[in-house]
Amino acid sequence: MIKEPKISENQREIWREPVNFGRFAVPKGEIHIFPERCKECNYCTNYCPNQVLERSPEVNVYGYHPVRVREDKKDSCVACGMCQSICPDFAIFVKEVKIQ
Amino acid sequence: MNFLPPGKYFADGNFALTEGAIHAGCRFFAGYPITPSSEVLERMSIRLPEIGGHFIEMEDEIASMAAILGASNGGSKSMTATSGPGFSLMQENIGLGVITETPTVVLDEMRGGPSTGIPTRVGQGDVMQTRWGSHGDLAPITYAPNSVQESFDLEIEAFNAAETYRQPVIVASDQVVGHLTEILEVKNMEDYHIVQRETRKTRNGNEGVYDYSRDFTPMFAAGTGFRGNVDSLTHDERGYPSNESSVEKEMLEHLLNKVRKNEDKIVKYEEFLVEDSKLVVVAYGITSRSVKRAVKEARKEGLKVGMFRPITLWPFPEKRIRQLAEQSKEFIVPEINYGQYSHSVREYSQTETKEMHFPPGAVPDYRVILKEIERCLK
Amino acid sequence: MTEVEYHPKHELIREERFPHVWCPGCGLGIELQCYLNALEKSGIPQNNHVLVSGIGCTARIPGYANLDTYHTTHGRGLPFATGMKIANPDLKVTVISGDGDLFNIGGNHFIHAARRNMDLLVICSNNFNYGMTGGQHGSTTPLTSKSASTPYGNIEPTFNLPYIASALGASYVARWTVMHPRQLTKSIRTAMDVKGFAFIEVLSPCPPNFGKFNGFKDGFEEMEFYRKSSVVQNDAKLEDISIDPFHGKDIVLGDFVNRKRASYITLEHELIDRIRGGGQ
Ligand SMILES: Cc1ncc(C[n+]2csc(CCOP(=O)(O)OP(=O)(O)O)c2C)c(N)n1
Ligand code: SF4
Ligand code: SF4
Ligand code: SF4
Ligand SMILES: [Mg+2]
Repeated sequence: MIKEPKISENQREIWREPVNFGRFAVPKGEIHIFPERCKECNYCTNYCPNQVLERSPEVNVYGYHPVRVREDKKDSCVACGMCQSICPDFAIFVKEVKIQ
Repeated sequence: MNFLPPGKYFADGNFALTEGAIHAGCRFFAGYPITPSSEVLERMSIRLPEIGGHFIEMEDEIASMAAILGASNGGSKSMTATSGPGFSLMQENIGLGVITETPTVVLDEMRGGPSTGIPTRVGQGDVMQTRWGSHGDLAPITYAPNSVQESFDLEIEAFNAAETYRQPVIVASDQVVGHLTEILEVKNMEDYHIVQRETRKTRNGNEGVYDYSRDFTPMFAAGTGFRGNVDSLTHDERGYPSNESSVEKEMLEHLLNKVRKNEDKIVKYEEFLVEDSKLVVVAYGITSRSVKRAVKEARKEGLKVGMFRPITLWPFPEKRIRQLAEQSKEFIVPEINYGQYSHSVREYSQTETKEMHFPPGAVPDYRVILKEIERCLK
Repeated sequence: MTEVEYHPKHELIREERFPHVWCPGCGLGIELQCYLNALEKSGIPQNNHVLVSGIGCTARIPGYANLDTYHTTHGRGLPFATGMKIANPDLKVTVISGDGDLFNIGGNHFIHAARRNMDLLVICSNNFNYGMTGGQHGSTTPLTSKSASTPYGNIEPTFNLPYIASALGASYVARWTVMHPRQLTKSIRTAMDVKGFAFIEVLSPCPPNFGKFNGFKDGFEEMEFYRKSSVVQNDAKLEDISIDPFHGKDIVLGDFVNRKRASYITLEHELIDRIRGGGQ
């Protein structure tokens, strides 16, 4: 049985280009989900660096519990794009929101 | 040299098949050497680069068949040439050509079989393989030339049929016709009817890859912006795969009917002294030349015998055979095999059909056929 | 969450065909996305890209891409693509197929396409088994691992795919996993510019087959396994990088080879020009 990975670390290793965080404002993301496409593989929930996503109790027509944004993490998405690129089902994507 | 100039040539069948293909617009050849068809491959390797076409010797016949289908979808008229063992290897991808509606031409130069058999000598044991060789239902088109002249002319016709009915078309020649040297007369290019490839480039709205309500829809050539899916799986008109029996029915009936409905246009045959004949000998390819001699000799003896030669083995010349069955009490079918085409003659004519078996390795002796004619009519 | 109509890749996928056929946690969707990302960045017009495949789960990838796509017969995608590329060299032809398709039934075609340095990009998803037919073993199944047809453990050594491709003279050779989408995208992008034969092996989880037979609870465990057992080493000695993860050996990833070698299409066009002698 594999334990919860140290998410933020491996996420960086896998996807992020190195960025000098000091010089940039942290971006914000808006998550879009196609619940009927989600097959509940939990890649996005596991690999999101900020644990923004979770399985919802709802069931889609194929019998899977599609993911949703956690109520308490509504503003935590940093638009890193990890969930989108690791989703095998084209079921989730992120739009960066402009911060004034 | 672009096209073989008009004129008379003393040439062999393999030369004629190659030049006929080039006349027909063949610009891509992929093959693997095999006796007795290798001369076609060799001549293509000289000729195609000369005219800006493409020649490639592949690693085997499976690859050759796949490559000519790829080339055809890439926009080139294409062909391959082989013989029995190679033809067996091609069967799966002949089916791929059928289901994807890809025009191409396969030359099978029949030799002795089964297996490696007699590589250097004639046989006619592949005729049923040209009919049923690939799994599943298909409506094949197969031409069987019996001379050098016909090798040239039918090769052009095979390319035209491939374009018109959008499927692989087979030319079933044999070792003797391929290696036989005789007069070939080539006409002016303008005197040949060549079906040019029509393609669709961009897609209008919901336009499908296929249209099952019509016998013919132009194919699309890769890279022109059509963005279609070409699939070996059973597919609907959009080109998308489906497991539904109803989709299979629609697709399959389209694939079969586009040929079956047009049989009258496709079927070709030659008749020799059948008008008053009480006995008809059915023969194709090189065997028909022995039969013609036998019929001539029998006529000298006053025997009412004629010859019927299917030029298209498939579709089977069903209508004409049925008519002949009304006047002829019996058919004789000599073949260089142990009874293949005779089964179809019997089936379609519903008439007494005598098989004559000749072992691969030699052209049937006309005297043996003559004896059989005499036995039947005396 | 806002209701939206289209995925950002809408122009590149046949969105009306989703959800796709693959199992939960199957890596093939990620591979498709990486390919499309690379395609977008390639600067080559979408219309010029063509996808060809054989048969298998991987071979269903082209059917979801909004390109001219060709799903052929088992193992024969490469020769089909060879014919197509020669007939129309303006096309950017990518063959995407499974390990079984490209190296078992189609192994001979792979050898020859690479030897010719045929101008094709070949992406092989290696899920260590025949996914589509229920997880039987093939030439890429790791030693001692289980499959639907090695119930007692596999006794056959595996092919080392990058080593084979390199030995045959491929212009470009790489290995990544779907757990490395950024590197994989970059690798595909680089390979799209390569003249000649470019080969990328992509390790991809197959949870209900290879995964299940070898004790992985789900796709995530298999993904974690790839992540934890892999090291990136671009200058690895290719003869040493066969995959043997169940005996403590790291899986070596990287962009291994990128070299200039005359490609088939270049040589064929030179030949045609020479024969026609400009006297055209
Ligand atoms: C000639 C032939 N033999 C066998 C099959 C059955 N078959 C379909 S897919 C497949 C294996 C596919 O394995 P792989 O190429 O690794 O693709 P995957 O499904 O693992 O992605 C087999 C054996 C077939 N379609 N055609
Ligand atoms: S974009 Fe990044 S931070 Fe936002 S939900 Fe996806 S993985 Fe999490
Ligand atoms: S990665 Fe995609 S399919 Fe998997 S749980 Fe997340 S949204 Fe669903
Ligand atoms: S069987 Fe394996 S390779 Fe095939 S779709 Fe399922 S997970 Fe993917
Ligand atoms: Mg596989």
